[in-house]
Amino acid sequence: MSVLHFAILLPLLAAPFIPFLFKGMKQIHTGWFVLVVPVVLVSYFAGFIPVTSAGDVVTETIAWMPSLGINFTAYVDGLSLLFALLITGIGALVVLYSIYYLDKDKESLGHFYVYLLMFMSAMLGVVLSDNMIVMYMFWELTSISSFLLIGYWYEKERSRYGAQKSMLLTVFGGLSMLGGIVLLESMVGSYSIRDMVANSGVIAESPFFLVAMILILLGAFTKSAQFPFHIWLPDAMEAPTPVSAYLHSATMVKAGLYLVARMSPVFQESPVWLWTIAAVGMFTMFWGSFNAVKQTDLKGILAFSTVSQLGLIMSLLGLGAAALHYDGIDDNIFIVATIAAIFHLINHATFKGSLFMMAGIVDHETGTRDIRKLGGLMTVMPITFTIAVIGSLSMAGLPPFNGFLSKEMFLKATTKVFSADFFALETIGILLPVVAFLGSVFTFIYSIMLFTRTFMGEAKFDQLPKKPHEAPIGMLISPVILALLVVGLGFFPNVLSNTLIKPAVESIYPTLVAQGQNVKVDIYFWHGLTPELYMTIGVILLGSLLFWQMNKWMGIYNRIPHRLTLNGVYDGTLVWSNKAAYRFKDNYMTGFIRSYLIYIFVFLSGMMLFSIWWFDMYQFSFENMAEIAPYEYVLGAVVILAALAILFMKSRLPSIILLGVVGYGVALFFVFFGAPDLALTQLVIETVSVALFLLVFYHMPDISKKETRMRFKVGNAIVAVLVGVTVTLLSFMALTHKSLSSISEYHIENVYDLAAGKNMVNVILVDFRGFDTLFEIVVLGIAALGIYTMIKFRTTRRTKGDGANEAKQQTRQ
Amino acid sequence: MEIFVSIIIGVLTMCAVYLVLSRSLLRIIIGTALFSHAAHLLVLTTAGLKTGAAPVLVDGVTEYTDPLPQALVLTAIVISFGVTAFFLVLAYRTYQELSTDNMEEMKGTESYD
Repeated sequence: MSVLHFAILLPLLAAPFIPFLFKGMKQIHTGWFVLVVPVVLVSYFAGFIPVTSAGDVVTETIAWMPSLGINFTAYVDGLSLLFALLITGIGALVVLYSIYYLDKDKESLGHFYVYLLMFMSAMLGVVLSDNMIVMYMFWELTSISSFLLIGYWYEKERSRYGAQKSMLLTVFGGLSMLGGIVLLESMVGSYSIRDMVANSGVIAESPFFLVAMILILLGAFTKSAQFPFHIWLPDAMEAPTPVSAYLHSATMVKAGLYLVARMSPVFQESPVWLWTIAAVGMFTMFWGSFNAVKQTDLKGILAFSTVSQLGLIMSLLGLGAAALHYDGIDDNIFIVATIAAIFHLINHATFKGSLFMMAGIVDHETGTRDIRKLGGLMTVMPITFTIAVIGSLSMAGLPPFNGFLSKEMFLKATTKVFSADFFALETIGILLPVVAFLGSVFTFIYSIMLFTRTFMGEAKFDQLPKKPHEAPIGMLISPVILALLVVGLGFFPNVLSNTLIKPAVESIYPTLVAQGQNVKVDIYFWHGLTPELYMTIGVILLGSLLFWQMNKWMGIYNRIPHRLTLNGVYDGTLVWSNKAAYRFKDNYMTGFIRSYLIYIFVFLSGMMLFSIWWFDMYQFSFENMAEIAPYEYVLGAVVILAALAILFMKSRLPSIILLGVVGYGVALFFVFFGAPDLALTQLVIETVSVALFLLVFYHMPDISKKETRMRFKVGNAIVAVLVGVTVTLLSFMALTHKSLSSISEYHIENVYDLAAGKNMVNVILVDFRGFDTLFEIVVLGIAALGIYTMIKFRTTRRTKGDGANEAKQQTRQ
Repeated sequence: MEIFVSIIIGVLTMCAVYLVLSRSLLRIIIGTALFSHAAHLLVLTTAGLKTGAAPVLVDGVTEYTDPLPQALVLTAIVISFGVTAFFLVLAYRTYQELSTDNMEEMKGTESYD
């Protein structure tokens, strides 16, 4: 248990104390105690920056299940560290924000912080685990804690719906990912990610390469809300705003991006990897931004915006894979894509976190998040307005903020694809910059919309639930810090270049680094008159035009009927599968014992007959069979006739008598077969049985009045004949295939010498195989006790006949 | 002989299945009783029905019938009797409580809420 492991598990270890602090220290907001954890962690992880900048890694291992190759290996390199700092840094700010956002008297803070700490540990575990099974465990823990946090206000129906939706989709992806992990392990023989990277050649040649890749990507796409799995994210906005800021903008939704970046060295040789990720990411970017424009809820806009930005980063990670197909790293244009991805990932966490907190403040101070009701808050909430402007403009990719830098690099990466001459990049690649341009236009529109609709325009304060005023200073600390980061990184991006971005990018290209090449990260504003600069100008012009004429084209959003939207498909699938399952169940679970017996009999006979036919077992040979005496024919005829006659009896009494006839006939057969003990037992038992039958029959007097002959049912008859034939064939086969001699020779020889008895059957029953007899006695005892209990033990005294009604009356009273 | 008994077993099974698929509880129990007869005969038959002396040691006799399946069947007879008796009393109590022995009328008498 190293310090690193302790750091990963620290939030989890702290979680059990939270409810006690919440209950015991009522006067202090629980968040203050919680705040210690991320602050300690962020300072601890900051200590690793010099290590990773130097290109070193830190590895610590705890043996967990060594026999299965599952050990808790914590592995810190540039990529992990970047994420760990994001998680703990943003975590600290979000906890600080939540202290002012959540009321300590109205909310159950104990729950909230326990879930949040659980999530923090899980997320740290995901990014710092080298072992994929351990990573998967933490991955699912993030799903669970996210589910709990989204459903935090569980009395709201929409919260429960959103929580369920996110759970279903992310767990579906998580399970797919587990399948991919298992496949990869079967190729490499180890769950360690570093071993997989080292053996990426083996993986590339495996026939399951594609399947494993798709499964892993399903996990990443569902978690990172890529098209078409993005639908859970807008519904997850029912969570408290700190949760949306933390989970659904900065950390959890980036787990998928982390996975893609982490698995890049394993898969990136394949063109399918590049195209899948780039295409899905690019389309997600466009679709998210396109849909963000029609939202009327602040958090709804931000949710779709998050989807769009995640798609952007995803597509950059995909394009970065092309870098491997160049020898040199110096003039390698695709490295830019990966650098842009990492840089934008950091930027997105800063501006999106601040925007979510801004939305939370607006909601908190006005009582609504609906942009149709909001407006003119600029004068009342100047600080919040400033935060909103900085965040929005950075999101739109305008100078001088950090979003501009990463957006420029993004456009650069997309326009550079034509210089490649592989993977059909030079032909189909034309779509990439076009889609990127369109997505950027819509991004521009909703970013402008975000702060103009909320803070500018006419004030409608009288329609708001609360009288708006500036937020308390504590609530503003976190968004202000984030906004300062946005501006600061805009002006001094190279602070991060060598400390965080470079090591992170190098962990994505281990093969290039192994050749002794270094990634050069240099981010600056002015590149000269490049295509991406013209594209940015185009985005601004076209975006402004569309924003100005917004009312004229908003109609296109209503073209698609609800049933065909992705949400409609999701809801329809749930409803339909539920209905289908019910229909299926109602079709075969009829509640009649007859149906179930028919299934069993038909299946049994079908299996038997099929096996007989399949294995050619219908060649019977009847040699050395016993002779049949004439009286045995007669007896056999009597048994057969008696059995058949039961079927045609109208009354049950003759049926019982005929059953007795069959039993006695069987006893006589036992006599002919030389089994005196059996015959004796059979006679006695049959007599007692018939007596019992008669007793029961006697106690059902009303039955005899209603008695009818059994109605002939063709279905039953067919099943009966089928089973009869099967059993007969089975008996024939058992006669034919005599392979081994009986062990009874032993019993016959030793019955007197070993067991001092002459009656072999009895000696077998009590000596050679005494255990059978013991438990047969137990069975009889249990049956006797059961019968006694059934007759004596009655919870409800009832008169005969109207028991059900009386029971109902008793429950009513 | 074995073939003949196999056919008897088949007929008994057939009748048993037909009875078990009927609606009346008493007929179902009759069916199960027939089932057990068929099974006992089957165990004896498949071991072979070689004529020999009954399995009681007598000096000078070398050929005995196989004692082991007889021991098995003896156990099975007792167990099936126990189950049949239990089943019969269950049917009797069912009739007392529900005043029917029609299986189809018994459907849905338990409440699911």
